[in-house]
Amino acid sequence: MTPAFAAPPLPAAPAAEKLALAGVAAGLLALLLALADADPTRGQWWLYGALALLTGGTLAWSGLHYGRRPAGVQQHNLWRRASTSRGAVAWVTSLVLTGFYVVLYWFSGNDGHGHFGVLNNLVHALDAFSRALRARPADQWFLYGTFYTLAVLLMGGRALWKYRHSRYQVIRTVSVMFFQLGFAFLLPGVLQFFQQPEFYFNYFWPLKYDYLFPGTVTSLLQSGGLGVFMVFWGAVMSLLATPVLTYFFGKRWYCSWVCGCGGLAETAGDPYRQLSDKSRAAWRWEVRLIYPILAIIVALTALLWAHFATGNTLLGEAGNVGAKWYGFAIGSVFSGVIGVGFYPILGNRVWCRFGCPMAAYLGLLQKHFSRFRISTNGGQCISCGNCSNVCEMGIDVKQYAQRGEPIIRASCVGCGLCSTACPRGVLNLENGPRTGRYQASPLIHADSLRILG
Amino acid sequence: MHLVIVGNGITGVSCALAVRRLRPDARITLVSAESAHHYSRTALMYVYMGHLRLSDIKPYEDWFWDENRLGLVHATATALNTRENRLTLDNGTTLAYDQLLLATGSQSTRYGWPGQHLAGVQSLYGLPDLAAMARDTHAITRGVVVGGGLIGAELAEMLHSRGIEAVVLVRDARYWASVLPPEEANLVDAQFEANQIQVRYRTELGEILGDAQGRVRAVRTTAGEEIPCQWVGLATGVAPNLALANTADVETDRGILVDEYLRTSVPNVYAAGDCAQHRRPAAGEVAIEQLWYTGRMQGETVAHTLCGQPTPYRRGVWFNSAKFFNLEYQTYGQAPAQPGAELSSFYWEHPAGRAALRIYFRAASPQAVVGFNALGLRLRQAVCEAWIRQRAPVATVLAQLGAANFDPEFFPQHEQAIVAAFNRQFPEQRVVLRQRKGLLARLTS
Repeated sequence: MTPAFAAPPLPAAPAAEKLALAGVAAGLLALLLALADADPTRGQWWLYGALALLTGGTLAWSGLHYGRRPAGVQQHNLWRRASTSRGAVAWVTSLVLTGFYVVLYWFSGNDGHGHFGVLNNLVHALDAFSRALRARPADQWFLYGTFYTLAVLLMGGRALWKYRHSRYQVIRTVSVMFFQLGFAFLLPGVLQFFQQPEFYFNYFWPLKYDYLFPGTVTSLLQSGGLGVFMVFWGAVMSLLATPVLTYFFGKRWYCSWVCGCGGLAETAGDPYRQLSDKSRAAWRWEVRLIYPILAIIVALTALLWAHFATGNTLLGEAGNVGAKWYGFAIGSVFSGVIGVGFYPILGNRVWCRFGCPMAAYLGLLQKHFSRFRISTNGGQCISCGNCSNVCEMGIDVKQYAQRGEPIIRASCVGCGLCSTACPRGVLNLENGPRTGRYQASPLIHADSLRILG
Repeated sequence: MHLVIVGNGITGVSCALAVRRLRPDARITLVSAESAHHYSRTALMYVYMGHLRLSDIKPYEDWFWDENRLGLVHATATALNTRENRLTLDNGTTLAYDQLLLATGSQSTRYGWPGQHLAGVQSLYGLPDLAAMARDTHAITRGVVVGGGLIGAELAEMLHSRGIEAVVLVRDARYWASVLPPEEANLVDAQFEANQIQVRYRTELGEILGDAQGRVRAVRTTAGEEIPCQWVGLATGVAPNLALANTADVETDRGILVDEYLRTSVPNVYAAGDCAQHRRPAAGEVAIEQLWYTGRMQGETVAHTLCGQPTPYRRGVWFNSAKFFNLEYQTYGQAPAQPGAELSSFYWEHPAGRAALRIYFRAASPQAVVGFNALGLRLRQAVCEAWIRQRAPVATVLAQLGAANFDPEFFPQHEQAIVAAFNRQFPEQRVVLRQRKGLLARLTS
């Protein structure tokens, strides 16, 4: 567009907010010291000090920043801050996150003597906590789980402050915090404490793809009554509960209320939701990637079972090799390195949008067999674009709203931010009867020009 | 048919899209100097506040125009020759048309205040205004906003978002007195207060004072008070942009005069949206409508006439919406600030002032509902409109109130409190709430 716009300097943060941010910075520094210090006792102190500073700093900053303003939509200078608009800060953050994942996945494995590569000192700093929770020393995955859960809880605290005017957002945020802490961290730890298999009750096939692999199933079945229940739980959730719950509530019952990946995206990733690409070109990539990935994991699972049923004679090692490659490319590189590492550049749902087979499966159900839709309120849309801006799944929501159409898209995770951000009260997440689900508002003439395709 | 549309605002674009649907073979050209592509005028404030980028307020991606064969000409139409069906553009070319739609929008009105041309004095209507505001409010400490309407509140919010002290001068005794009853205006005033906006009611602008460099340094009110400031926003309304119409023999008054088919006095020339003035507005409707929604409706209506399906413009049940800082506002039907004797109104307000609902109904039995004001709660437009069309009695509407609830899930439901308040104010009615919102309500009722 024609006119040039002056980009003013950002208003200076109040001193108290700066102090809180200094606490966060000090926490990150202490984390580096914990990483560098080979003395386990001192390392432990550095680590706990770091966690205390990060916790106090993040929560204090959130309270000061959001709490002193009246409750409501708080988006000032979102696209002007380097951290949330792909500026230098965002690139550095992305580099650090990506680097962490690379180190975690490929340079921090146990060498067989209890030494965990680059992250060794941090891992051992958690030994005492790990023993208390799981009755075994820490490993790199326990370190990761601890950081991950902490990120969901602390940034969840931030989200609770920010969205305190919306009960939907508050309850949903508490839900993802609860499922991450309880189902994806404490419960698996306690299971291990009691010598039971480590199992994540909030992750299902095909996201947690090996839960329905013959190898996992047989090993769980051999581990006693609880293992049998786990197999039962996994199968029922994937094949029965998922279609039923999605029919009634849409994909959101999982993606933005229960799932751990979604939990991280909705909390730690919340500052980056506006970065998701809303263009038609991005949508074409979405379709090209996510459905083939679903097809691959379904085919792989079927092949592994066929192999198993034929007494492990059908495929030789092909199935296992395939599973290994899938784990590397999709499980590690896509969901971790790119999915989280690129939060500050590509938005907080890159994995969920382009890669997650569970999201693809839920999306097909949501689009074709669900009562869920986002209703548009008559002709009240002013095409302002706030809804599209906050859509983390890259849906150009206003395309539907300005036509008076309900939004029924496979990718929508039902986070509800479009409804929260709409300044005219136009959008509402609803579970209604399926008849007339696509019915547009009679108050606007449909222009019948295609949005996608 | 070659349809030329002057103006790529919501009116011109709505018309273009509707014509494309009705006449896939039509040649359509949109002419605009303001921007290469259509953008949402109502969203300018979000760009200033940093919520959105300029590219985010374009309702359609750039490929959309080519794919739908909508020609875009980025130029000013400087002259109209209606005898030869030709437009002259400022890029040195001319454009021949078979049919012409004038959708030239508005321009801001200034009332001849001394000092109104000083640097740092402006209105907010289009992209150049936004650029000027971004430039001129840079590093200032205080701005004065003149006008107690929607744009006045927007300008105050914009300044506030950058930590600039905002002083709002309002001529009337309350905010938006021509539209809002006192109770509603009080709730908006509470928003101003919560955001530390100083609002001076019963205060009018006298003159704008400049410094030696010709920049604004203060305003003086008609009462003689001098308020130092470095920027002045004039939000005192807009008037039809007649610049192009006046180059031809198109009949104008305050706006371009149109009949109910949005035809001007000249064959094959139409006008719609902000710039059009209805010769015979329907009872209770105004001659010049300057809203996003009416622009869209007029654009869609005139498209039908242009495509050989003559369609009179019928506005239908009135609706509008806005947001004052954190307070959402929706209105449906007749909702006058001062209802006459033939109308009664019932008003409920949340004890903490977070939400309010007013229902207007005829005083005479059966007390048909005619309008709604909702603040801090969302009403379903289709339901409200159906009640108004069907002249539903107020008691029926209150008993069914949950059907109109458009608030998100888990939000507090106020229907019971509203019905209880109604029964206190109108004890002869004794309404029992029959329809609440949501699954739990359905299970427990």
